[in-house]
Amino acid sequence: MSDINTIIKPENLIYKRTDVLSDNDLSYCPGCGHGTVHKLIAEVIEEMGIQDTTIGIAPVGCSVLAYNYLEIDWQQAAHGRAPALATAVKRLMPEKNVFSYQGDGDLAAIGTAETIHACNRGENIVMIFINNGIYGMTGGQMAPTTLPGMAASTCPHGRDVSHDGEPIKISEILAQLPGTCYVTRQSVHTAANVRKSKKALRKAFENQQANKGTSLVEIVSNCNSGWKMTPIKSNEWMEENMFPYYPLGDIKNQ
Amino acid sequence: MRELKLMKGNEAIAEAAIRAGVDGYFGYPITPQSEVMETLMAEKPWETTGMVVLQAESETASINMVYGGAGCGKRVMTSSSSPGVSLMQEGLTYLAGAELPCVVVNVVRGGPGLGTIQPAQSDYFQTVKGGGHGDYKLITLAPASVQEMADFVELSFDLAFKYRNPVMILSDGVIGQMMEKVELNEQKPRWTEDYINENYPWATTGKKANRAKNIITSVQLEASVQEEFNHKLQAKYRSVEENEVRFEEVMCDDAEYLIVAYGSSARICQKSIEIARAKGIKVGMLRPITLYPFPTEQLMKRAKQVKGMLSVEMSAGQMVEDVKLAVECSVPVEHFGRFGGSVHSPGEVVEALEQKLIGG
Ligand SMILES: Cc1ncc(C[n+]2csc(CCOP(=O)(O)OP(=O)(O)O)c2C)c(N)n1
Ligand code: SF4
Ligand SMILES: [Mg+2]
Repeated sequence: MSDINTIIKPENLIYKRTDVLSDNDLSYCPGCGHGTVHKLIAEVIEEMGIQDTTIGIAPVGCSVLAYNYLEIDWQQAAHGRAPALATAVKRLMPEKNVFSYQGDGDLAAIGTAETIHACNRGENIVMIFINNGIYGMTGGQMAPTTLPGMAASTCPHGRDVSHDGEPIKISEILAQLPGTCYVTRQSVHTAANVRKSKKALRKAFENQQANKGTSLVEIVSNCNSGWKMTPIKSNEWMEENMFPYYPLGDIKNQ
Repeated sequence: MRELKLMKGNEAIAEAAIRAGVDGYFGYPITPQSEVMETLMAEKPWETTGMVVLQAESETASINMVYGGAGCGKRVMTSSSSPGVSLMQEGLTYLAGAELPCVVVNVVRGGPGLGTIQPAQSDYFQTVKGGGHGDYKLITLAPASVQEMADFVELSFDLAFKYRNPVMILSDGVIGQMMEKVELNEQKPRWTEDYINENYPWATTGKKANRAKNIITSVQLEASVQEEFNHKLQAKYRSVEENEVRFEEVMCDDAEYLIVAYGSSARICQKSIEIARAKGIKVGMLRPITLYPFPTEQLMKRAKQVKGMLSVEMSAGQMVEDVKLAVECSVPVEHFGRFGGSVHSPGEVVEALEQKLIGG
């Protein structure tokens, strides 16, 4: 019988939590995709060795306190304004790495103008976009990305597109703009998808270092609380309903 | 020797900003202040000092760009006129809540609504009483000449960084558009990142291994923490009120009546004083240079000497409320002013003085 202490040795270490993640308890609901994406960003920052040169811009939404979880310098923006902050931070300090982290309400409703114009100017930043089709933080109201027929607290009978319009495919819109160099849609609900998302995030930061313009990484994610499902059920529902409307993969890669 | 130039108030703001070594300007066009960004774009300071100048998609975006830049410890500013400044109120309360230094210029025009492009002073309440939500204050400077438009840029940045608070230069369409001789400072260098890290250790310039991460935020979900933070803000404002009151007095020594006026109204009232004194009316003027903090104590002092005060402003009567509060109704305080884009003449002010205070 081998003693556990003979196994826990530096030479046997094959995986370790990155130091870019803090020890703080996450404020996210168990099963939520936000935490997974945080971990991936932290790993990419560590692997690229850019912890001391990266500035994150946190949104208003469930990830408003993202700054508690990654050990980098952060600014917290007003609802929807993260791309404007990121624009100034990057232009004033072009040698730093700058990213915004935003939900669908933040990026595609209240902040649409800031989003489109930052992308149109080709701001040399990374925008990380968590599309969970709902306003998670405020208790599950309809988002610009809520699916047709999908119920939310402000459309309890399901989104009626004749009343509220179709959900907005903002990433496809942003891919039209010459300022974006990379627009991709990923998810973090399986191990394989987690790996793909991490690659996409790394590519986005590398694009920034190569001065290529705006990179947008959309993560279609679950909101088990807002959708009123178990985490497992929410991931199944996401595969069946969200992915057909928001197909995964690169939308633009230049 | 400072360089002498003939220029518009708006141009002076731009020129002074470059020479002060300001790091960034973000704006959106609106009359009567578009010359600020136009001058900057024509001068191309990014080729000389490295100053960033960017036309944003809206005033909402420009004030949030200011937030981002200020969070990095950079000296950043924006300018606009009334409707644009209304759009900036969200950003201003966030800046105050995150304790960020920045300079915002409002070249006021007549309102409400889209109003008129003609000058006014009707954004006084918005500026000194809040404008955005929450208990916060903007340090507010009111220039009365093109020279002060230039001089107040650097002064505003000094105050903004001293108190970690947004500073408003509350100007108006008269000062913005009129041309005067102005003495300009020598070019100063922009701050280096080392200087910022040393003097403003809160700035988000990237987390160094030897310090904790820096977080610029205005969110405190816990009520008790938020209350404590508010107490800290209030203590800061008390210190501003104690140390930063600025005003100018004109012919106050023997005055029996006092005009209180700021900005272009104060310029007009200088002529009114001459006319009144020629008629034998002993009138002086107190010109608040800081509207917040307001020269409350000095007004109370003058209240013991004069028979009445006339607040002259291009508004329906806003600053007059602060004058009344300052003198605690110990003397009659009246308001006079044309508004909605109209500007009073010196003679109209003297008439108002005679009718509202002397004859009354
Ligand atoms: C100006 C303003 N309007 C409304 C709100 C309330 N609010 C907070 S978060 C939020 C929605 C966030 O949804 P999303 O961006 O999708 O993020 P999620 O919580 O789903 O991750 C809203 C409407 C606010 N904080 N500020
Ligand atoms: S409300 Fe939804 S998005 Fe927010 S933490 Fe919970 S599961 Fe995640
Ligand atoms: Mg959402």
